[in-house]
Amino acid sequence: MGMSGSLTHDILNGPPPPPIEHGWGGGGGSDGRGSSRRASFTGLFVLIAASTMVFAALTSAFVVRRGLSDDWTSLPKPPVLFVNTIVLILSSVVLDLSRRALKAGNRSRFNLWWTVATALGVTFLLGQAYAWRQLNDAGFFIATNPASSFFYVLTASHAFHLLGGVAALLYVDVQALRLRLGPAKRTAIDVTAIFWHFLDGLWVYLMVLLYVWG
Amino acid sequence: MLLAPIVWALTCVICYFFAVKTWWFPPPINAHGIAYDAQFMRTLIVVGVIFFLAQFALGYVIVRFRDDGGRASYSHGNNRLESVWTTATAILFLGLVVMGTKIWAGVHFDEAPPDAIAIEVMAKQFSWNFRYAGPDGKFGHTELKLINDASGNPFGLDDKDPAGKDDVVSASLKVPVGKPIRLILHSRDVIHNFFVRELRMKQDIVPGMEIPLHFQADKPGVYEVPCSELCGLGHYQMRTTMQVMSEADFEQWKQQQAQK
Amino acid sequence: MSSPAHAAHHAPQGFIRKYVFSLDHKVIGIQYYFLGLFSVFVGMTLSLLMRFHMVNPNASVSWFAKIWPTAAAGGVMTPELYLSLMTMHGTIMVFFVLTTVPQSGFGNYFLPIQIGAEDMAFPVLNMMSFWTTFLALVIMIAAFFVQGGAPLAGWTAYPPLSGAGRITGPGEGMGQNLWILSIAVFCGASLMGAINFIATLVDLRCKGMSLMRMPLTCWTWLVTAILGLLGFAVLLAAGVLLLLDRTVGTSFFLPGGLYINDQIIANHKGGSPLLWQHLFWFFGHPEVYIAILPGMGVTSQLLSTFSRKPIFGYKAMVYAILSIGFLGFLVWGHHMFMSGMNPYSAMAFATLTMCIGVPSAIKTFNWIGTLWNGKIHFTTSMLFALGFVSLFVTGGVSGIFLGQPALDLYFHDTYFVVGHFHMIMGVAAIFGMFAGTFYWFPKMFGRMLNEPLGKIHFYLTFVGVYAIFTPMHFLGLVGNPRRYSDFSNVEYLAGVIPVHSFMSWAAYITAAAQIIFVINLFWSMKKGPIAPANPWDSTTLEWSIPSPPPFDNFAGVHPVVNHGPYEYSVPGAPQDFIMQTDPPEVHSES
Repeated sequence: MGMSGSLTHDILNGPPPPPIEHGWGGGGGSDGRGSSRRASFTGLFVLIAASTMVFAALTSAFVVRRGLSDDWTSLPKPPVLFVNTIVLILSSVVLDLSRRALKAGNRSRFNLWWTVATALGVTFLLGQAYAWRQLNDAGFFIATNPASSFFYVLTASHAFHLLGGVAALLYVDVQALRLRLGPAKRTAIDVTAIFWHFLDGLWVYLMVLLYVWG
Repeated sequence: MLLAPIVWALTCVICYFFAVKTWWFPPPINAHGIAYDAQFMRTLIVVGVIFFLAQFALGYVIVRFRDDGGRASYSHGNNRLESVWTTATAILFLGLVVMGTKIWAGVHFDEAPPDAIAIEVMAKQFSWNFRYAGPDGKFGHTELKLINDASGNPFGLDDKDPAGKDDVVSASLKVPVGKPIRLILHSRDVIHNFFVRELRMKQDIVPGMEIPLHFQADKPGVYEVPCSELCGLGHYQMRTTMQVMSEADFEQWKQQQAQK
Repeated sequence: MSSPAHAAHHAPQGFIRKYVFSLDHKVIGIQYYFLGLFSVFVGMTLSLLMRFHMVNPNASVSWFAKIWPTAAAGGVMTPELYLSLMTMHGTIMVFFVLTTVPQSGFGNYFLPIQIGAEDMAFPVLNMMSFWTTFLALVIMIAAFFVQGGAPLAGWTAYPPLSGAGRITGPGEGMGQNLWILSIAVFCGASLMGAINFIATLVDLRCKGMSLMRMPLTCWTWLVTAILGLLGFAVLLAAGVLLLLDRTVGTSFFLPGGLYINDQIIANHKGGSPLLWQHLFWFFGHPEVYIAILPGMGVTSQLLSTFSRKPIFGYKAMVYAILSIGFLGFLVWGHHMFMSGMNPYSAMAFATLTMCIGVPSAIKTFNWIGTLWNGKIHFTTSMLFALGFVSLFVTGGVSGIFLGQPALDLYFHDTYFVVGHFHMIMGVAAIFGMFAGTFYWFPKMFGRMLNEPLGKIHFYLTFVGVYAIFTPMHFLGLVGNPRRYSDFSNVEYLAGVIPVHSFMSWAAYITAAAQIIFVINLFWSMKKGPIAPANPWDSTTLEWSIPSPPPFDNFAGVHPVVNHGPYEYSVPGAPQDFIMQTDPPEVHSES
């Protein structure tokens, strides 16, 4: 079949455990797999911190703008947003199921669930596009009123991040279907999954913000 | 080492120019200005001492501890010294802010006295406009679409409003001496800034906001008002004057304007 | 037998892979350095044009008309051209010089080496961050060439001047849009850099390199990366909102009731210009610490090396860096004392601003403490580090006036502020870069810079910058407003035109002196004497490898650190310095 011994081993038995990590003080070890896995997680958390700051800035602009002027009228939001929310939460759940399957060594189940999660992610984006379309049809464009401006900016920023998430999901999916999941890819899987859960949580937060104050 | 005398020389030159006040504030014309100058002096003395000592110390160590072939003394620091100079710095810096609070409060926390003369200021690219309410004490209604700079209606006064008939519009600020004034600052387009050196006061003028500024000018004279927030290509030209005159002259001026 | 880490690591082949799209942090660091060098010359040229115009507002210069046929018709620089040069001067200097060279230039090159790593955590991301920065610079320069030219709203871009579009002034059309786009792209590049710096520092330190054994340069690169991460994210959000206000008619920052250029602006209402200022300065204040912290790290490193003494109070220095970083996020309102914001918040910001003066003072005391009882060697890099201390003191103390709202009532938007921030950013930070250049050039290029030329350049520049920027404080006392292209309309400024002349001449001479540096730099790269591995007898890890380093820094060996970063003149040690990688038996306290 043309596969090397270690790859077959990976497929059948899961990846070898990462080398022992040394923690923070006393130095780590720049010894390849262990530290680069750790570094990927650090990089991810740094990225999440930056994203959080972008949305924190937008939230504070939202709060200020809403409080300042008397021209804030609540935006009637298309109910499809609730459907999209369910879809996104479901995609996170499915993603986690797929990770568990991989840990248990079940490669084909992993492939299946991961693909389902990716499809759900794409569905979410399509659902968002549909929501924007409905808003447009109802006469609410980005400059119509401050509530609509923030709605579009917040949901578009989130969708932009999610697009990146979908790209990562697709990348893993393709690698998985080609049976190319060595240790480096395991890190990619974990990092992608955590980023996806973050975007999910961010979306729930945005829903609360938009429905309670918007 | 050559650097030490250069540092000392620069320090002395700088301190000299502050000491002899070659380039300095104009004399203040209000009580706030006098308090301001006192706070400035306090700060200047604290800063001056720190500046002089720090630069002197730098020059000193450069000279005294030049390499002469021996070993340096091995030391990782001195925690006692650290705590002492940290505490001293904190007390000095925070002390200065506390001392200045009263001055800030006088401008921004306290309201204008009830008998203050209200004057509307309208800043625009690139000129100043002032409006007085006239004998009826009421400002007339204004509308954006009535604005006509060419025919002398920068405020867009509505001539159908009787309250506005006696409003006085002027391109420069005129105030009576020794009387509280309450400016109501507006901008029609971008951010501008009202600044009078002799009053030691400055305030950004933000479109969409109505910002009050109250003061009292105690010395007659003509004082310049240069716009102090970048407002476009004509920013450097956007300047008017504040003329402080006796109450009698002020009343006379207002009557003359009303007759126009 | 190579370790697993090496499986993917081969030296790159071919010009493109080696020098253009390189994944090597050292090459990327040099690329950033040269991007910054190019940018500083552009920025400096703009400032010379500005200083010329301020003193000769009506002069006709024939080649102005050739470059700017409309904006300098007849060879006379219009006020709008002046303001656009000023805007681009500030923008290019702050973003493409002060935010790139100290952090992405030197940091990229030396952070991995100083912590004993082979490269940054994410080399591909690193390469992308440089080319994204390059793209941002291209977009920024493009603003000069579009219709209307570059924007004129200052590097701070306050709306409505920057938000209402073309009608507020020339350059406020496409020029301002490109400016915002460039900044947004720059934000993305910064974020990529921050991810790399933080992940590398947290996870790739070699054995024995605990956090408290890191050189202070690494601490400053870490905190600077965190500041950039959080600050640029907010700037990106603000920039997007401003661009939307300008292009699709939203009203985040634009209020209603605007009448500009004889037109009623009917399609905006309810927005707040102050909201922009809050968002901008929330980024803008950490930005100035981004500009200065790495220079402080280099100064600490150099003062210790060239006094042959450990840094005085290493722990206090670390806490000072951390508190400057943390407090840096809480003081943004001191840029807005006069803005019309809540005056009670001004007192809160003032208190915090004074607090941030304390760690800065601590650092200054500790630098003097490091020199005290040392044995000082006056290399050019050391001169620049000493110059940094002097300039930091001068620039810092003027902040004590400005941090008090009561005093800011006069000084806001005067040349006092311009003097303050130029002393700190436009000089002290630049001296940090010069110091780093003279210190690290041998390591980067394998050759020594010329010391006599370096010293001449230093003295001319040091006296020159004092001559240019100290008079600005006096102009502030006189009440000279900022951002004026011409002072002839204000009577009380007639007496200070000679001061402006003096500053302009000092600027021309100091700028000319920089030619010495450029000659030294490029000539020495090719013809300088060959540099040994450790020309300065310095202790940190970069001096334990060849000059220049092999492509993977430590030639396959994983360094082990046994000592702190500044073990100089340890009693009983055979030499007056112990390298961090020296065996533990060499007597030392840490």
